[in-house]
Amino acid sequence: MSSSEGAPESWISSFCSLMGHEFFAEVSEDFIEDDFNLTGLQSQVPMYKEALEMILDVEPEDDEEEEEEEEEEEDEDEVLGDERPLGYRRAGDRRHARVASDLSVIESSAELLYGLIHQRYITSRPGIQQMLEKYEMQHFGVCPRVNCGGCKVLPVGRSDTPGQETVKLFCPGCMDIYTPPNSRFHSVDGAFFGTTFGCLFFMTFPDLSVGSRLDGPLSAAARAQSTLANRSPPPQMPNEPPTPEEQPVEINGMHTSNFCPGLGRGKIYDPKIYGFKVSEVSRVGPRMKWLRMKPRDIYEVDEARNYELNAADREEEAREHEAREREADNDGDTEMNAELSQEAAIANRKKAPMRRRRQGPSETAPSDQMSVQSAEIG
Amino acid sequence: MMEDFNSETDSDYTSYWRDWFVSSRGNEYFCEIDEDYLTDRFNLTGLNTEVAYYQYALDLVTDVFDLDADDDLREQIEKSARHLYGLVHARYIVTTRGLAKMLDKYKKCDFGKCPRVLCDGHPLLPMGQHDLPNMSTVKLYCPKCEDIYNPKSSRHASIDGAYFGTSFHSILFQVYPALNPEKSLRRYEPRIYGFKVHAAAALARWQDCCREDMQDRLAEFGMAHKFVEESDSEEENFEYGEENEPVKTEKVAGDAASGRMDLGN
Repeated sequence: MSSSEGAPESWISSFCSLMGHEFFAEVSEDFIEDDFNLTGLQSQVPMYKEALEMILDVEPEDDEEEEEEEEEEEDEDEVLGDERPLGYRRAGDRRHARVASDLSVIESSAELLYGLIHQRYITSRPGIQQMLEKYEMQHFGVCPRVNCGGCKVLPVGRSDTPGQETVKLFCPGCMDIYTPPNSRFHSVDGAFFGTTFGCLFFMTFPDLSVGSRLDGPLSAAARAQSTLANRSPPPQMPNEPPTPEEQPVEINGMHTSNFCPGLGRGKIYDPKIYGFKVSEVSRVGPRMKWLRMKPRDIYEVDEARNYELNAADREEEAREHEAREREADNDGDTEMNAELSQEAAIANRKKAPMRRRRQGPSETAPSDQMSVQSAEIG
Repeated sequence: MMEDFNSETDSDYTSYWRDWFVSSRGNEYFCEIDEDYLTDRFNLTGLNTEVAYYQYALDLVTDVFDLDADDDLREQIEKSARHLYGLVHARYIVTTRGLAKMLDKYKKCDFGKCPRVLCDGHPLLPMGQHDLPNMSTVKLYCPKCEDIYNPKSSRHASIDGAYFGTSFHSILFQVYPALNPEKSLRRYEPRIYGFKVHAAAALARWQDCCREDMQDRLAEFGMAHKFVEESDSEEENFEYGEENEPVKTEKVAGDAASGRMDLGN
């Protein structure tokens, strides 16, 4: 744990091998030594300089630095009156000379500082690469949700400010976060991983197949069993396309196959009593299915495309309207009418988002209505 | 489990088998079945074909076992007894007394807490995905998010789901509707440097539409359903409230706030 000289292990690697620190990547020293990467951390971490030295296993180099540092921590120096001459000694000796409580303050500062650097490091190119290796080796575990079929998860925070919440696990299969099963992680700060990492990771590696492990050939038998037992249409077969129509390769910046593979038809839990589904109208019927729903026709979440389609429809409507107006008002000024109808079209367009929101996904096409329902029935 | 059983049979198996069974490690999910229930043959209909050494197993479970069997046979019988107990358990827990016992365990969080962060550690209920044995292991149902999860402990992960059945948790809430937890609208919003991620946000909007459709459908049946966050505010307010003003009653809803542009560090 401590950075005693001569020890084969650096502070960083010993920190990362501590119990409960299995999620951490080893931040490279180059990254820490670049001052730019540490911008703003000085004000967040008490005894910043000592903490940084501890992380890097270095000794204070020259007087100037030492003085600067001591100015920053006058309080400590007042308590430890004869600390000043010791400053010229080697770092290790100096630490031994400190009282134990002082050392533990530095130690906890070092952990905080390391965590905050770690939060930045894992969004950098080498850091995210290192996390990729850990992810592929399943160091972070799998999603506890049954219908995610053991999708690999990533550690994330719900806040970027330390001391707020502990680390959580982000599952790309259901876009949800879970508490780590092992209580040793219940004391690891979520800010050390940050809010950004989870999604940035999957956007950095878009070709990574996030789908469940169990969808492979391995589970063929299990699936056969479950289809036998369910007698309902098979939950999902990898060979069978998920939807009747042609689906885009990419949707909203993600591969369609990687877009929430744990959600949608066949992946929503359906409560049953003696084999009969519990009705939605029952007082205690299912109310949360929307949380796990995904459109069968993935185009439904392509909002830009839907907007274009709707806009085309609206223009058509407007044109018809205009034509009718012209017929009714034959001797009127056609140009003015054209202007009017254009205005109407614009007004229509402005209303569009609201309308979509109200009426929901069923608006786009009659076939969509079907798919919504089938998604629910799942 | 095997070792437990061996040591137990070697020393003293005149003690109550069911007591031992429900209190042994790994069997925390089971409740104790009443003797009355076990001795009523009607409740065991059909199980004699399902369980090997049925009569011996039943004797063992009801503490009247006195066969002088060799170790192999005794092991077989013990295994059958556990299987029999599990299958009867699935039937017992949907009876009035069984429900009450399981409810107690649910309230004590004996089945664990929901791993989903936004469920705030809501207690879980055990369930099976099949009513037939040897199909799937026990899963845990969270009444708050209405989803099922794998038990986190491997000693529970090997229990047969059929020992709890597919219907139990639904029946529990049908019988005690007041205990059905209020459902929440809160969800995780993935963000990158404080900005919502489009793919996730677009899906969330789509899901919200589905939810509103559901609420409309329910309203048609006079079953208007309110989510926790809606209970004292208008739906319209909520749509904006989600983004700007996290719902006040919910402490953790602050993730929207904390996720917002945290450039300070």
